[in-house]
Amino acid sequence: MEQLLASYLPVLIFIGVALVIGLALMIAPFIIAYKDPDPEKLSAYECGFNAFDDARMKFDVRFYLVAILFIIFDLEVAFLFPWAVSFGAIGWFGFWSMMVFLAVLTIGFVYEWKKGALEWD
Amino acid sequence: MEQGALLTGLPAAFFYLFAFVAVAAALMVVSSRNPVHSVLYLILTFFNASALFLLTGAEFLAMILLIVYVGAVAVLFLFVVMMLDIDFAELRTGMLQYAPIGALVGLVLLAELVIVLGGSSFGPETVGAIAQPIPDLAIRENTAALGDVLYTEYVFFFQLAGLVLLVAMIGAIVLTLHHRRDVKRQDISRQVARTPETSIEVVEVESGKGI
Repeated sequence: MEQLLASYLPVLIFIGVALVIGLALMIAPFIIAYKDPDPEKLSAYECGFNAFDDARMKFDVRFYLVAILFIIFDLEVAFLFPWAVSFGAIGWFGFWSMMVFLAVLTIGFVYEWKKGALEWD
Repeated sequence: MEQGALLTGLPAAFFYLFAFVAVAAALMVVSSRNPVHSVLYLILTFFNASALFLLTGAEFLAMILLIVYVGAVAVLFLFVVMMLDIDFAELRTGMLQYAPIGALVGLVLLAELVIVLGGSSFGPETVGAIAQPIPDLAIRENTAALGDVLYTEYVFFFQLAGLVLLVAMIGAIVLTLHHRRDVKRQDISRQVARTPETSIEVVEVESGKGI
């Protein structure tokens, strides 16, 4: 247990260094930067025009479709990792159970390919 | 790890650190004004939960939490937040209205946790009756221990997971896919199959008349 946690020490050091650098870059401007704000300077700037609209606008729903399909195949790959690690221990049954799993998802993949869900337009 | 053994020393200190940050970030998720900030705090919560998983030795779950939740689900949440065209400041005003429902859900979760954790003190023999005891980390590492049972012992649930993913995939496509008719798409086989005979027409145009 201690050995496992000790192997994550570099990650902890990395997070610590990232935290220090990030905080330093955020705090330094508050201390040393020259500040002289006025309303015109702080207003939204859009290439010389007054701002047309709110910056938040509706996304196309297709982004969402791409993200969902990504998650599904992400999960599929995630299932492959323990399978690969204990490949020697689970034998042919484990091998074929994964093949069936992959086949089921391949049906979905063929469906999405034929439907043209992978094409943008 | 021994059942019921408490973390001591440095791991305990890190447990409190991660747990505290996780709870604080979770509070910020529900209380921050900007929904995009809420999602970012949610990502911080995920990171801390992943660190807590690591402290219990559940290496695989920790990494999956990072890959799936931080890498994919949080992005999806950001999409949803940005896709909905709602005035969020207005939405915030009714927050206290939902507080009783939230409190109720919290209470149910708390009760479940107490029942699960307190159950072993009512029946100490249940601790030994776990269907799949976690092997010692020194003997079999966590990821391999999961793989040992997931694809053989629990093959039914594994295949069920595959079917759920299939349904999710098809559902997402059926609900959101619509092709626009007014754009010209590339169709390579059709483009290659074109010959001068099928694509060029020589027209004799008489003077004074159009085609």
